[in-house]
Amino acid sequence: MATSKVEGSSSLRHAFGGVLSVFILLLIGVVAFSIRLFSVIKYESVIHEFDPYFNYRVTQFLSKNGIYDFWNWFDDRTWYPLGRVIGGTVYPGLTLTAGTMWKLANSLNIPLSVETVCVFTAPIFSAFAAWATYLLTKEVKGPGAGITAAAILAMVPSYISRSVAGSYDNEAVAIFALIFTFYLYIKTLNTGSLFYATLNSFAYFYMVCSWGGYTFIINLIPMHVLLCIVTGRYSSRLYIAYAPLVVLGTLLAALVPVVGFNAVMTSEHFGSFLVFIIIHVVALVYYIKGILTPRLFKVATTLVLTVGIAVCAVVVAILVALVASSPTKGWSGRSLSLLDPTYASKYIPIIASVSEHQPPTWPSYFMDINVLAFLVPAGIVACFLPLSDASSFAVLYLVTSVYFSGVMVRLMLVLAPAACIMSGIALSEAFGVLTRSMKFHITKYFECSHTEAPAKLGESTSTESSAPLENMTKSDTTEKPEVARKEKVARRKQKKEKELTENAHVKPVSAKKEKRPLVLPLEASIVSVFLLIVLGGLYVLHCVWAAAEAYSAPSIVLTSHSHDGLHVFDDFREAYAWLRHNTEVDDKVASWWDYGYQTTAMANRTVIVDNNTWNNTHIATVGTAMSSPEKAAWEIFNSLDVKYVLVVFGGLVGYPSDDINKFLWMVRIGGGVFPHIKEADYLKDGQYRVDAQATHTMLNCLMYKLSYYRFVETDGKGFDRVRRYEIGKKHFKLTHFEEVFTTHHWMVRIYKLKPQKNRIRGKSRKSKLGSKSTSSKSGGMTHKNPWN
Amino acid sequence: MAKGTNDAKLLIQSLRKAYAATPTSLKIIDLYVVYAVATALIQVAYMAMVGSFPFNSFLSGVLSCVGTAVLAVCLRIQVNKDNKEFKDLPPERAFADFVLCNLVLHLVIMNFLG
Repeated sequence: MATSKVEGSSSLRHAFGGVLSVFILLLIGVVAFSIRLFSVIKYESVIHEFDPYFNYRVTQFLSKNGIYDFWNWFDDRTWYPLGRVIGGTVYPGLTLTAGTMWKLANSLNIPLSVETVCVFTAPIFSAFAAWATYLLTKEVKGPGAGITAAAILAMVPSYISRSVAGSYDNEAVAIFALIFTFYLYIKTLNTGSLFYATLNSFAYFYMVCSWGGYTFIINLIPMHVLLCIVTGRYSSRLYIAYAPLVVLGTLLAALVPVVGFNAVMTSEHFGSFLVFIIIHVVALVYYIKGILTPRLFKVATTLVLTVGIAVCAVVVAILVALVASSPTKGWSGRSLSLLDPTYASKYIPIIASVSEHQPPTWPSYFMDINVLAFLVPAGIVACFLPLSDASSFAVLYLVTSVYFSGVMVRLMLVLAPAACIMSGIALSEAFGVLTRSMKFHITKYFECSHTEAPAKLGESTSTESSAPLENMTKSDTTEKPEVARKEKVARRKQKKEKELTENAHVKPVSAKKEKRPLVLPLEASIVSVFLLIVLGGLYVLHCVWAAAEAYSAPSIVLTSHSHDGLHVFDDFREAYAWLRHNTEVDDKVASWWDYGYQTTAMANRTVIVDNNTWNNTHIATVGTAMSSPEKAAWEIFNSLDVKYVLVVFGGLVGYPSDDINKFLWMVRIGGGVFPHIKEADYLKDGQYRVDAQATHTMLNCLMYKLSYYRFVETDGKGFDRVRRYEIGKKHFKLTHFEEVFTTHHWMVRIYKLKPQKNRIRGKSRKSKLGSKSTSSKSGGMTHKNPWN
Repeated sequence: MAKGTNDAKLLIQSLRKAYAATPTSLKIIDLYVVYAVATALIQVAYMAMVGSFPFNSFLSGVLSCVGTAVLAVCLRIQVNKDNKEFKDLPPERAFADFVLCNLVLHLVIMNFLG
């Protein structure tokens, strides 16, 4: 009777716990979705930044023309005159996902526009990512750790920064695919089921479709397999988890056009093939060991080793020769810059110039993962007690992602899920120990009859915090040897969190000899639980602040608060709308590559270079044109059929990311291909300046002229608010270009190339005309203008 | 040297004896694996002779052979009664998983064959 009552109450508690955890997960999803909506509330439902505009344009094309045209799409409105094969160079996962959601919504007669679906894709998938984190951490440690990790991931600022509503970029779905793939891999490893191995391959396929960072998965999983083999944890489940993934995964990766045959030919995948061979060798060795006697096995090993080493040496020599013959050893530029952080700055200035590819500073760690930075080491320790295949995977994932995040600030995003998993484990273990101590003391206080420790701690009737409820039901008598280690873990964690250290605890016992459990004193437990909750509260505060203030700027609309209210700077859209309405459909627009995607998406005009940066020479051509004097620049642009030139200028309002600040990169990239552009010509005594001390080349180059034309008319002195000094050359006229539009705050300026005169009247006139400088304002003054 | 060859002969004999003791169903799976690997080797030899022009066809052919071999090995692992980790997995379930995985593999192969 008593046992059935016990079972009844424990199954009731299980049911209650299950319903509660489903409810908690739903709430976590809602939090993940809503915390990313600050930009929609503060500004509007608009696509942010630069890259998302390209994805938005591709999704528009997909929704209008269908999937077959999408696969075969050759885009002639960009990289004029080269064009771009969109079908073969874009990672289709994001656009196909958003297109499917749009089609589904419209087929159910919910009239969502493509833009709305694109803006809200990232928050929806971040909710999915939180649930995937729950599943993954549940496989590693248990449901309590899972819920904690999911709650932490829903809010971690690093992930928010790349997945706010409006940030329609690959990472929005790729992080979900990453976590889900890892979950299925661990699930296969834990259960040994071929069904989950198939699902794992599908999830990996979705990841390959979504992001170039899939190479992280296809190198991390082989590393983990190798780690398991080396630490003696080989089992047949490991074979089932890994071998089908390699075969199916390679095939599925080769199906995606952007990857194609790179799936078998680039060094990024060789690791997986090598470990594939190694795991077969190991499996064979274990099989033979199983069917032979030990003595014969020793004989076999000596025989095989002598023959095998000779063969191996030959094969390795061939491989090394093959790989060493290619200059980059078969790796792509971006991957090489991950392994050797100085590679990009030496050889590929374009990769080095992107601000996201710089190494992060220490403050950015505390900004992006906040409290997790000190919970992660505690989580690593908790993973070792006890060490299983899944927890060794979590530790390996964390260590590799910490290394890569140290190389490139953009990869802090890959660190975020690992840090959340570790912190979830740490917090859950801490709460487990502390609440168990509290329960023990409270039940002892209520019973207060005998000193014998209760056999089942999970039996107490006092109500406790429900979050670690699942953890409680796991902490039965069967876990006595673990209690000793958990207690040590709790001690180490408390030292880390700078709280009162405990010395009034029971000494660790040998397994199952004594029945006294290891608990902490009651007051210490209560204070610790309270402090941990405060820690969590501070984390939530920071995350909400970061989401609201730091990461919600759409960067296409700027605001500033001054004494007379809120100023909105909508100059970018103003300029693109002007282009859209006042130029011909086939006109080409030249600008620096940052604005290419936005120009094609919003202004719907052909551009010369855009953010894809696949052709360095083309970009160098534009850079050279911007760095040359007017006539040479006109020649270059005319040869590219350019009609309009667009520059971004922040000097009037103090917008710091304008083209004059980026100008040195234009010089460097142009100089990398055209040697007559030398960076030293633009620097005075090694310093970059545009005031009266600037060099002659700098003051005469096209970028200077187009940025500062008529700038002196704004305040009479030409004071540049970004550079904080007066400009050097104030009064000048343009000979080969005419200004057609300047936005309200002078942030975007558009110029038109003046057409060449039909007839040059003789040599003598040519020299005179060359020295006269004229302008053509729309005020219509009559001048002797040789270029009209 | 003689001891080496003696040892080798002893080794091969004991291997054959031990292998003969395995159940017939597992031997059939092993035969299937050998057949798949042999087919893959024949395809590689053919490619070495004729050149790799439709590379996707070559890749899908070889990977389908390797894939079925791997899946058959997984089936053998799960069906083997000596394997303590899988003793409560019914062999029908193992076979169903095997069939499902093969279906997916061949669907992808047919798509990639070109």
